[in-house]
Amino acid sequence: MIQWITTISIWLIPCIILLILLVATAKKLPAYELFVEGGKDGLKMAISLLPFLLGMLVAIAILRSSGALDAFIQLIDPILAKVGFPAEMAPLAFIRPISGTAALSVTTEIIQTFGPDSFMGRLASTMQGSTDTTLYILTVYFGAVGIKRMGDALKVGLIADFIGIIISVIVVSWIFA
Amino acid sequence: MACTGIIYAMLNGTMDKVNEAVFKGANDAITLVIALTSVLVFWLGMMRIAEKAGILRGLSRLFKPVVSKIFPEIPPDHPAMGYILANFSANLFGLGNAATPMGIKAMEEMKKLNNSATYASNSMITFLVINTSSITLVPTQIIAIRMQYGSQAPTEIVGTTLIATVVTTVSALLIDQFLRKRRELHSL
Repeated sequence: MIQWITTISIWLIPCIILLILLVATAKKLPAYELFVEGGKDGLKMAISLLPFLLGMLVAIAILRSSGALDAFIQLIDPILAKVGFPAEMAPLAFIRPISGTAALSVTTEIIQTFGPDSFMGRLASTMQGSTDTTLYILTVYFGAVGIKRMGDALKVGLIADFIGIIISVIVVSWIFA
Repeated sequence: MACTGIIYAMLNGTMDKVNEAVFKGANDAITLVIALTSVLVFWLGMMRIAEKAGILRGLSRLFKPVVSKIFPEIPPDHPAMGYILANFSANLFGLGNAATPMGIKAMEEMKKLNNSATYASNSMITFLVINTSSITLVPTQIIAIRMQYGSQAPTEIVGTTLIATVVTTVSALLIDQFLRKRRELHSL
């Protein structure tokens, strides 16, 4: 099953490109002109995206480097321990929606320390895989099209991350019991 | 976020690190945007051809029954639907770098539907909620890390990840629906 999906993933992109070009040729469309036209759009998007992304990444960098984030995690650690949430997972749970690269390095660290097949290793893998970097996604997508009022998107995204973390703990404890 | 960090650094004596982080963060953003530029230009070029060739319209017609339930405000034949589906398919197979350009294009089309307003429409929120809750079938990156650290069964977490993903995506959709209803009630 997994082999199968990985193979599809590898074949998919070249096949999509081929399909698009074949249909375009069949319909006698000026493929190259269209490609350039669409590509220019992409360039414009990347430029309008830059200030949004830069602002967010700097803010996150400040928060992390000042030690404020770690202090906050330490503050709520006792509460987490009371509800039975593994303390080693707290940094990952908090960093996951904020920064993708930071979360990946925390996950790698956990896997390295506890071993990939330990409870912690499996839990970190599941958490990392089942949620995404909410803040980054919202910044990129809203930023690229110049939307400044996000509505409930951030709220729902963060609640979903929270649910994802809780579910990961439950599912991993249950399946690998 | 930035204010909290700076004030905390004042009290904590980590100002030097903050100073460094400001420019490192800015630098990271530039690196990231350059990486994004290449995929944006390539995929949006390809997708423009696909759009004119009618491939996107075909795709949206195929999945119309399911997706028009989730996005009732988007006409089924609208290009936004095609881009949304292209983004979801790319995400399912873990093709993150193809998913982002298509997602951004979907946002742009949804903005047109929303009379180019600068606030998020219902469909945009629903679309991003699905994206932030992650719909990847196989988390290839994690599997690679597990292999690297000598896991006996690097892929054993695929099942748990899939369960967690489905639960979060479904609950995110439900919360989104609930909030949307509440917004509509308020605006009456």
